[in-house]
Amino acid sequence: MTGGNYDLKTGEGLIACPRCDALHIEEELNEGETARCVRCGTVLAKPRGGAFVQIIALSLTSVLLLVGAIFFPFLEISRMGFGNATSLFGVALAFAEGPLLPLVLAVLAMVIGLPITRAFLLLYTLVPLAKGRPPHKYAADAFRISEELRPWSMAEIFVIGTAVALVKVAGLAQVHLGPAFWAFCALILVNAASRGFMCQTTIWDEIEDAGLKTDGREQVPGE
Amino acid sequence: MSENTPPVMTAHRAGLVGCRSCGRVWPEDTAICARCHAKLYKPDRRRLQLVWAWLAAGMICYIPANLFPMMKTQTFAGLSGSSEATIVEGVIELIHYGSYDIALVVFVASIVVPIAKFVAIIWLGVVAGKPATVEDAHSRLRIYEVVEFIGRWSMIDVFVVAILSALVQLGFVVSIHPGPAAVSFALSVAFTMLSAQSFDPRLIWRGLPLHSSKNVNGTE
Repeated sequence: MTGGNYDLKTGEGLIACPRCDALHIEEELNEGETARCVRCGTVLAKPRGGAFVQIIALSLTSVLLLVGAIFFPFLEISRMGFGNATSLFGVALAFAEGPLLPLVLAVLAMVIGLPITRAFLLLYTLVPLAKGRPPHKYAADAFRISEELRPWSMAEIFVIGTAVALVKVAGLAQVHLGPAFWAFCALILVNAASRGFMCQTTIWDEIEDAGLKTDGREQVPGE
Repeated sequence: MSENTPPVMTAHRAGLVGCRSCGRVWPEDTAICARCHAKLYKPDRRRLQLVWAWLAAGMICYIPANLFPMMKTQTFAGLSGSSEATIVEGVIELIHYGSYDIALVVFVASIVVPIAKFVAIIWLGVVAGKPATVEDAHSRLRIYEVVEFIGRWSMIDVFVVAILSALVQLGFVVSIHPGPAAVSFALSVAFTMLSAQSFDPRLIWRGLPLHSSKNVNGTE
């Protein structure tokens, strides 16, 4: 137990709820425990055993799925002998005409770019920690940016969009689902699992305790 | 379960500032969190200006998004007619096809959610920091969380247009092209997401009277 050691002048040993600003005394939780804010109930920490290795594995999986999703055909349609297959790049390039060009980049980024970037940022942050080594130099920035990008990575919304598009096209032509579509469906499950294992507070504590240079104020908790 | 909840001490009342990215607490005049390098800022109603600015941008972009066509369908090289559909017309078309469930998804994602979000953000911005009871604060936080969660789902319609116009390129027979509304709708969704992200939920709780939990004890 390392709780109880705090300083109201400097904020040392304290945690503020990001949602309601209530102060809490920092304590090391046991695996499987969940800490909630006393005032608003926001989950402050929920460490899970082996979470780092799981998140690393899931991040690698999502990189592989995304790379596959780029190159394999996504959907194919045919009508009266005319056929067309499209990969994800085809989807984004549909906007490449004139003033719609910026949307190409935005769609590509939200569907493929950001999920891959986030996976790599997580790997960069977590691989040294899982091996028990000191974190990389920019681990804190990498993890913070990965969290900030989370709402903008929209793979799962893209899948629902595909479902709607399928219904609209059904009247016009026959549609076949390509491997890239199934890769995206798998990606939703992988992301959900990764989210379940993720505890930001634990990762921040680990980055700090594993010796990232901050301000020398960090204290490695002695059991 | 503690029946006797002590008054809640916040970082702000203690003269400290909490990092909204990693939770660390710093003296009030610290500018950047030394642990995660995020910018630190106090819960202050002046920051609501950011919310209003992004919201205005989002609402302005939502107008052309409804007036211009989302996509243009050409059948037989335009001989058997080409049709342009705005968001609302797209929904009506889906109802004509008999796919009511999908029509509902598009209607909710492109019309109900954006408008409900505008209303919710305006309301949150107006009441933030104003006096509130604990119950009020909880329901406001709930609404904030819903707005934050649901905003990105409005992108569905943009993706639908992207997929359709990439896929339905059967030359002479039928082809679909994206319309200008796709861009302004995407921008509207993005701006509203930024607006929701710049709202500081800690303001919701600043409206509570000091030691409120003490007073509420007897009545609960």
